[in-house]
Amino acid sequence: MSIEETRKTMSMLPGDEVRQIMWRYSERYDIQMAVMGSRSVARGLIARLVADGERNTHEWTEAKNEMYKAFDESGITAAGLDMDCGGIIDGPRNFALALIAYELSWVDGGASTTSLVNNLALGPIVEKGTPEQKKRYMTMCSPAQPGEDRKTWRGAFALTEPLPYVGVDTGVLSGKVTVAEWNEGEEPMLQVEKRGRFITNMAVADFITAAVDTGDERIKSSCMIILEEGDEGTFDRGAPTLKMVHQLSNTSDPILNVKVPASRIIGGYTIKDGQIVPNLNHSEIIEAVFSRTRVTVGIMTAAKLVSAVEPVLRYHRTRFRGAAGIEEGSPRYDMGLQMKEDALHRLADVWATGEAASSLGFETTRLYDEITPVEERVYAKLAEEGITGGRKMMKALRAPQQKAIECIEMMMKPEGEKDQAAIDALYNDDMVRFVWLDAMTNVLCPACKLWDTGNGANMLREAVSMMGGYGITEDCPGFLFQKWNDAQLEATYEGPEVVQRRHISVTMNNPVFIAQINLWVKTLKELAAAQPETGTAALAAGFEMWKWTQSFLSKAKDSNGGRLYKNQRQGVLFPLADAISWLVAARSFVADVQELAKKGPDHPVVGADIEGYVNTFNDLCNIQCSRAAGEVGRICAELFYGYVNSADETGEASAEFQKYRTAVDTAMAGSKLAKDRAGKALVSIMIPEALDYPM
Amino acid sequence: MEGLQIVVCGSLVPDPLQTLEPVINPTGPGLKNETMLPSVLDPWASHSLYEAANLAKQVAGSKVFLVSLGPKAKLQQLMMTVAQKAPFELVAVDGSASGFTDAMDVAKTLAAAIEAIPGLDKGKMLLFGGCSSASRDAGVTMQLVGEQLGITDQFVGVDEIKMQDDGSFSVLERIEGGQYLASTCPSMPAVLAWATGSLPEPPNNPQIGMANMRCVMPALQKAKPASIGVGGISFEKTEIPAQKRDTRIVKDVSADEIAAELVEWIKG
Repeated sequence: MSIEETRKTMSMLPGDEVRQIMWRYSERYDIQMAVMGSRSVARGLIARLVADGERNTHEWTEAKNEMYKAFDESGITAAGLDMDCGGIIDGPRNFALALIAYELSWVDGGASTTSLVNNLALGPIVEKGTPEQKKRYMTMCSPAQPGEDRKTWRGAFALTEPLPYVGVDTGVLSGKVTVAEWNEGEEPMLQVEKRGRFITNMAVADFITAAVDTGDERIKSSCMIILEEGDEGTFDRGAPTLKMVHQLSNTSDPILNVKVPASRIIGGYTIKDGQIVPNLNHSEIIEAVFSRTRVTVGIMTAAKLVSAVEPVLRYHRTRFRGAAGIEEGSPRYDMGLQMKEDALHRLADVWATGEAASSLGFETTRLYDEITPVEERVYAKLAEEGITGGRKMMKALRAPQQKAIECIEMMMKPEGEKDQAAIDALYNDDMVRFVWLDAMTNVLCPACKLWDTGNGANMLREAVSMMGGYGITEDCPGFLFQKWNDAQLEATYEGPEVVQRRHISVTMNNPVFIAQINLWVKTLKELAAAQPETGTAALAAGFEMWKWTQSFLSKAKDSNGGRLYKNQRQGVLFPLADAISWLVAARSFVADVQELAKKGPDHPVVGADIEGYVNTFNDLCNIQCSRAAGEVGRICAELFYGYVNSADETGEASAEFQKYRTAVDTAMAGSKLAKDRAGKALVSIMIPEALDYPM
Repeated sequence: MEGLQIVVCGSLVPDPLQTLEPVINPTGPGLKNETMLPSVLDPWASHSLYEAANLAKQVAGSKVFLVSLGPKAKLQQLMMTVAQKAPFELVAVDGSASGFTDAMDVAKTLAAAIEAIPGLDKGKMLLFGGCSSASRDAGVTMQLVGEQLGITDQFVGVDEIKMQDDGSFSVLERIEGGQYLASTCPSMPAVLAWATGSLPEPPNNPQIGMANMRCVMPALQKAKPASIGVGGISFEKTEIPAQKRDTRIVKDVSADEIAAELVEWIKG
């Protein structure tokens, strides 16, 4: 009997216990409860709405509106609020909100968006509002408790218009704010004019956080400002947007022209030389909000991918049952399409992508939770020292950057040579930790948004195709067709792919991030040596190839003498951004499986079966690592050779490049065997008798 | 009327949507991948918990205890949902919740756990539970728990309870033919083994959940082990009931003829 035959594999699809270990919330009961609450809404009310065809109308119906009540009752609304304003999650909430979005998006992305938009509207206030603004709007948005007679407020967020190459630039604003009245000794009254496009939650919004430019010399800069339904003037919600996707969120093009007190400027204002000076311009606020919420959008597509596994498995297994001549007990009856290797391999690809997408998203949100308090302390310290504003801050953070790199380099030393006390001292320095985490999140966040949604949409097409003709019907189990379409919107909103690529193309050059890659490569190589079945040799080789190519291109010129590595050369920078996204997603997946391998065996419920989970997950990791490394190889080869007329022009660098290319190719050894093993596991993995939500 | 002390017996069963395949383990019969199967609170016990919470809300000063026998790690997972449904204090016993256990063993364990609840006044106690369970389906456990505790007023298949100010109460019990048996009971304690009651499942409420968790986690930590399902009872065999559809449509036949045929069929 071979080792393969005795090797345990995953016997059931992973349940909550496994996920809690992998995604690190075994000890967070508040989050576990929020997950359960969201799941009951998703697989109850929301699934019924989809099954009943509520997505087939652009109108915001009474049935769809029921979602808000369900969100309020189940704690989904409260999860976005501070504890002293009716919230239920103590501390930073990025990870918890991502899990809630994951649960909702498991069934429907639009419903997930509806739950998130309120947080997005509140985001500017939560992140940068004055204490009075925070208190007022968070309290108004908290669901009324028994005995309270008030309406729960909903918010909308009005930024820019999603016009190609306009909406993606937050510097381009259509709204204007001017001074309406300013009487001596009284608070100025402002006139806000804003036409929004594609504004979600507008059917119900009680308030809007709007980005507006100054249209008056008495107002110094742009700002974000809060508009309420009862404000004097026009509060026209606009006609519903004719969306082809996400129909369980309400979206329209509002027309707003209202008079509001200056105290509605988010973050407050000061009067200087007869001019109203907003304490924060709109870009500063949006940067603080969007940088975090984008991850959750990526998570939404990740949920769709993982949710596709069970319906596809069930469909494949039962494909021939009931057909003439297919006898019970025959292989075709029992295994259905799972008799075919292709069906198994392709599903393994979809699953591995979903796992990697989920891992990347959750890791990023955990990092955001970690950085939030550190960031607050760092900003407070810098403010105390009179350091504010971009340039001064960058200068102040230069030394900590060097220390962060030093810390990473110390961590890479062999065990006996490590000075743990020195490492701890650096790691516990807020400034060092901040620049380190900042360097990570500045790549992982856009990578998650870009890769999870873009590549996720492509893989959802695969999932739909695996259902045959059934995939494009309304009664396709798991709502896969709708999920595929929704994924395309997720790739677009909150910053389309081009914005994410642009973002990465800047942040991937951060020397702290490059140092972090070195640390990852070391860890991955050690893992590959100890457990080759994880496929991490390919991932390490992929990282090394990317790093070398990025460094090479940063100094290289094309055959026409043009510099390759500059902002305008999107043909160079954007593929590099794509490549690093593939790599970091696979690495997050590896890290989660390693966590499961480390902590799982001690778990009282799933401990005895954890080996099977780890083995199959390792096979999926191997598939993903190999695929990521392959993508990197292709991209880097195109970039290295694609900008010269002849390969000879690359000179001595060609041999160096080939060394990395060969390393990537050869490190894929065993990856197809891993896919075979994953395919075999898919044949025997136990699934529930029925989907736990209606079709 | 003084506050009630409502003790609800209820534990976990595998989620009925899962594939429940009987297998023979080294320790006896069980379900395939049983430890990993997602669990839900037994549906019959759930109804009794919701009715208990509703009753406690109506009678000021009342308190609900949920006595659960099950593997404590699985109970902990279950509580992430159940604790959000209604306010209660958990009394956990760490033991098997398998369907392949003896109802008497289970009843003795539950009764001992109830006896040990500090400050429990049996004179104000209503003992709630499901009239059956979705796993073992013995249909006698609540009666046996009552016997162990010396409670002789017992009602089975309950769908409604109405409390009076003097502490008496009326009960509707399901009987054959879709009828109810209406009874009145002059005082507590009493056992009420619930059918479905009339209340819907409450939505998850995280505020209630967080309040419950303050006592749920300590209760789980101090859950005493119980050796349920170890020895004592053995099972000859287990099998899934055969799926059988044997329908015959008849027309123009008198009721007497149908009855006669049924009698013959029953006689075999």
